[in-house]
Amino acid sequence: MSTIGERQSYISGIGQSQVGRRTGLSEMTLTVQAALAAIDDAGLGIDEIDGVSTYPGGGRGTAVGGFGGPGAPEVIDALGLSVDWYQGSVEGAAQLQAVANACMAIASGLCRHVLVYRTVTEGTAQGTGGRQVMGRVTERISGPAKYLFPYGSVSATCWLAPLAQYHMHHFGLTREKLAQVALNGRRNAARNPQAILREPLELDDYLSARMISSPLCLFDCDLPCDGSTAFVISHVDTAPDARHVPIHINALGTSARGRPSWDQWEDLATFPGRSPAAQMWNRTELKVGDVDTAQLYDGFSMITVLWLEALGFCGTGEAGDFLGDGSRIALDGELPLNTSGGQLSAGRLHGLGFVHESVVQLRGDGGERQIPRQPEVAAVANGAGSTVGCLLLTRGIR
Amino acid sequence: MVGRHRVGEVLPYRPVPFLDPVDEFFWTGGADGRLRILRCRDCANFIHPAAPVCRRCHGTAVSPEVVSGRGRVATFTVNHQPWIPGSDPYVIALVELNEQKGLFLTTNLVDIDGDDVTIGLEVEVVFEHAGEVWYPLFRPAGTAGAGTAGAAVGTGAGESIA
Repeated sequence: MSTIGERQSYISGIGQSQVGRRTGLSEMTLTVQAALAAIDDAGLGIDEIDGVSTYPGGGRGTAVGGFGGPGAPEVIDALGLSVDWYQGSVEGAAQLQAVANACMAIASGLCRHVLVYRTVTEGTAQGTGGRQVMGRVTERISGPAKYLFPYGSVSATCWLAPLAQYHMHHFGLTREKLAQVALNGRRNAARNPQAILREPLELDDYLSARMISSPLCLFDCDLPCDGSTAFVISHVDTAPDARHVPIHINALGTSARGRPSWDQWEDLATFPGRSPAAQMWNRTELKVGDVDTAQLYDGFSMITVLWLEALGFCGTGEAGDFLGDGSRIALDGELPLNTSGGQLSAGRLHGLGFVHESVVQLRGDGGERQIPRQPEVAAVANGAGSTVGCLLLTRGIR
Repeated sequence: MVGRHRVGEVLPYRPVPFLDPVDEFFWTGGADGRLRILRCRDCANFIHPAAPVCRRCHGTAVSPEVVSGRGRVATFTVNHQPWIPGSDPYVIALVELNEQKGLFLTTNLVDIDGDDVTIGLEVEVVFEHAGEVWYPLFRPAGTAGAGTAGAAVGTGAGESIA
């Protein structure tokens, strides 16, 4: 275990911008809000930030759909930072690659306090016509999408729905069980003042919602929004001076063993998240039973199901029964899940929102939504298909 | 009845793939009504999407091979959201070709109601021609003549064009 380089890093500060369906704010305004909050939360001066890491990097702002926010060089310039290392990239362990890259930069000695951020303005872009999944496409489709888009399989909904269908056919997953991901998220969102959708959502509402791609309905799909999430990831040597209890990065899962693809993963019962999940457990003494809360990507509810199984919270095909009536994943259940409301209800902060929420819970700062039994270990997973990653966080340095 | 379409009527238009030297055969091969998949000449592995190397044995002697055009529905969805403006619900399926376990094509099903599609359904290829591309679609096996007039229908099996 001596080569677990990510343990050179911990999360020293977190920040979140104003979050809303359509804030009308620019991607840089949101990013600066979150970044300054995170740096302040860490108790650091702006001039102590010597690294910047983001997903997915620049060129994907509001004007072209709002998926990406400003790039690292823009943020460095806007904040007047002087950094020794920076990066933005869309490939790797999903959104968590921004965290993994920061850990690697710290372990290699390039820098000691990395600002990590993820900004979306998909809500505003959607409102202004910038976020169109598929207008009349005139350019030719290349890459793996060329085998999907020509068939109208142009949204990740279309790529996850067949996996839900497969689980229903072979393992007895039902819409009622799948609904628990969304219903649980909404109950938690009601306790989160930053969440966007907070009004009650009942099973009947879910079952009568319009289909998007069967068997996935509207409430199985996350909510595009505007917002920015930021952290400071710091070298563990600085932990004794940390303002808050340090949140240690215990283990990363970043691998691609098996085909990193949306439609060519060999086993339709599982998905490429299997690979980083196995790697993560090989990099830690912790066991699945040690996890006190799971913050699992819910861009679509089915992704949460697949991660529950991939991470070993239950066996393949068993997530439906694991979700059951929702009591197991509730705030006071044995595995509190997506306690902020997740992307389904709190808003599609896209991956790093789950890291933010893990830190909130591990610090014990969840307020109304705090897990009653103080969690010590959180599991975070992001992504699906060709982009998957996961990590373990602990309360305090281990 | 939901999601039932004939060849040529599934979508108002199809986003068009960029054809490159490695995969052009796949997109144009249907001109003679036959589905072609790249195959490794060293270990006989079928390779899809097409790539200039075999992912199993790493041999580079790869070339297209005519396949049976038959398979089964490994899983599917009836897509309702009109991602492509003007589209009605349509069936997206993952078809596993008979030639090899795990040899999946994402495709559309035609000549069947979405409500009637089941995992395991046996299907056969039928091509939709638009521009320079012959898109491989699939319909229930043994339904030739059921509303696919003008479509090129898959025939033959195992003929190598290497």
